[in-house]
Amino acid sequence: MAKKVNTKAAGEAASEKTDISTPFSEFVRKFKKQKTAIAALVFILFLVVLSFTAKFIAPYGINEYDYNSIMQAPTSAHLFGTDEFGRDLFSRIINGTGISLSVGLFSVTIAAVIGTVLGLLGGYYGGIIDSIIMRVCDALFAFPGIILAIAIVAILGSGMTNVIIAVAVFNTPKFARLVRGKTLATKNSVFVQAAKNIGAGDMRILFKHILPSAVPDIIVQYSMSIGSSILTASSLSFLGMGAQPPTPEWGLLLSNGRTYMMSSWHITMFPGLAIFATVLSFNLLGDGLRDALDPKLTD
Amino acid sequence: MLRYIGKRIVGVIPTLIIVVTFVFFFVRLIPGDPARLVAGPQATLEDVEVVREELGLNDPIHEQYISYVTGLLKGDLGTSLRTKRPVAVEVSNRYANTAKLTLMALAWSTVVGILIGVWSGKNRSKWQDYAGMTLAVSGISLPSFWVGFMLIMIFSVNLKWFPTTGADSLKSLVLPSIALGSSIAAIIARFTRSSIIEVLKDDYIRTARAKGLKEKVVIWKHAFRNAMISVVTVVGLQFGFLLGGSVVTESVFAFPGLGSLLVESVNYRDYPAIQSLILIFSLHFVVINLIVDVLYAVLNPEIQLD
Repeated sequence: MAKKVNTKAAGEAASEKTDISTPFSEFVRKFKKQKTAIAALVFILFLVVLSFTAKFIAPYGINEYDYNSIMQAPTSAHLFGTDEFGRDLFSRIINGTGISLSVGLFSVTIAAVIGTVLGLLGGYYGGIIDSIIMRVCDALFAFPGIILAIAIVAILGSGMTNVIIAVAVFNTPKFARLVRGKTLATKNSVFVQAAKNIGAGDMRILFKHILPSAVPDIIVQYSMSIGSSILTASSLSFLGMGAQPPTPEWGLLLSNGRTYMMSSWHITMFPGLAIFATVLSFNLLGDGLRDALDPKLTD
Repeated sequence: MLRYIGKRIVGVIPTLIIVVTFVFFFVRLIPGDPARLVAGPQATLEDVEVVREELGLNDPIHEQYISYVTGLLKGDLGTSLRTKRPVAVEVSNRYANTAKLTLMALAWSTVVGILIGVWSGKNRSKWQDYAGMTLAVSGISLPSFWVGFMLIMIFSVNLKWFPTTGADSLKSLVLPSIALGSSIAAIIARFTRSSIIEVLKDDYIRTARAKGLKEKVVIWKHAFRNAMISVVTVVGLQFGFLLGGSVVTESVFAFPGLGSLLVESVNYRDYPAIQSLILIFSLHFVVINLIVDVLYAVLNPEIQLD
């Protein structure tokens, strides 16, 4: 065991002599070893491409009714079968890709930006600003995830935009806490003091000196949150509080299928698999990023 | 110890006040006139005015707030718009069902999660680890409503082992608690694994092995006990998320609990009920977190209590 560690360390030292090692190159080197995470990333990129091209490659229109082929089990003409109006499920599911991806990306991006700024300000200035931000975060944390989202949707009304807002709100405190902790840990370090001494302004210190040290943690949290946000958003649609018919949102497709569950299993099966595959790939990517960015982990 | 517990309880009070205040303003943030909503679409202007007076909506906002809080302290949760009965009655009819469901889900997911976590952790980077962690990452990625449907299709429709809906017997709790607990089991497994791996690096483990203890004893008596200190926190936190998850699971199984009551209330725009249910869910969450904090302090000898 000990021997193994030694040879590895020696190997690393040797490679450092030849390459210039930056945090980023170090990250790339570690990330390349995460085979599952790379596969997940490739799949996510495929989904992104699919969400833009779905309209053109889908064999049928998303609202193309065909009353002669209602609730058909999967065949070569309809890969995933058809629904109660004879609409092609495969076409509807691939057209739903963009919806779930954009809900995940938008809501988490909003949360990450707002949460990061709040965390930086709270951690750096302390005092009353910090207390207010942290109390609000505590209060938001006092509502178990989806309950807060339901409360927000109950206020704003159902619909995808409101779901994005709701999911963003419950993700924001996660980023605020994370970045605040990082800010507290780095604000008294030598490089921040040095920047202060040469006269750097607060904003410059916050965004140019403190923020970069929090970026690895933010990235990991970001990719982990996308998976859970897609799940939450599809749950809300499933409950009838998100996307409205005839949107081909996956949670909504699944919810439609429940009426016909006994006779036509495929209507619930395939949207569920689509959600699973998408969320799984974001979680696997998140795991890989975490391992590659964690300085404590030596391969 | 008592002083620490007292301090933690006092520390929760501001959060409670914020939660109650948030819930109070919640109904007032909803676009539209609450009196009009309560009176119904056919009500005349006079009727609406009567309802407004009854609800105390003409009083200054701070008086409304005080009467809301004093009502809460007396256990008055308002009247449901949907059933015209006190919300407190509606809640008490279903409370036990959700409590049973979440506790059952928590129980199995904790046991299974810890077992998988320990098994993966002690066999790090072997096939057992990959199998356990593949299972776990799948668990956190599966939509619980889909798991619920698959369980219904396999075990109630095809095999007819369990009822599809309801909460009449222990049997009817099995499938919902599996659907509800699967993601929690996965999270606990992942956490236990990393916790075990961390603990196995410690010196006392090497000492235990050096003095020739059996691997079983090393894992379960030395590593497991210490790894559990941090796992307790995660298990406790997950309990809160089980409360949230119950909303989705109960809807899938048409399970008569607080979660399905919340969904019904949202669909009916039954604001007094929504308000009270959100309050109940979050109060439980806050109290559970408090208990977890205290438990953590009790279990962890490294924490200085004062």
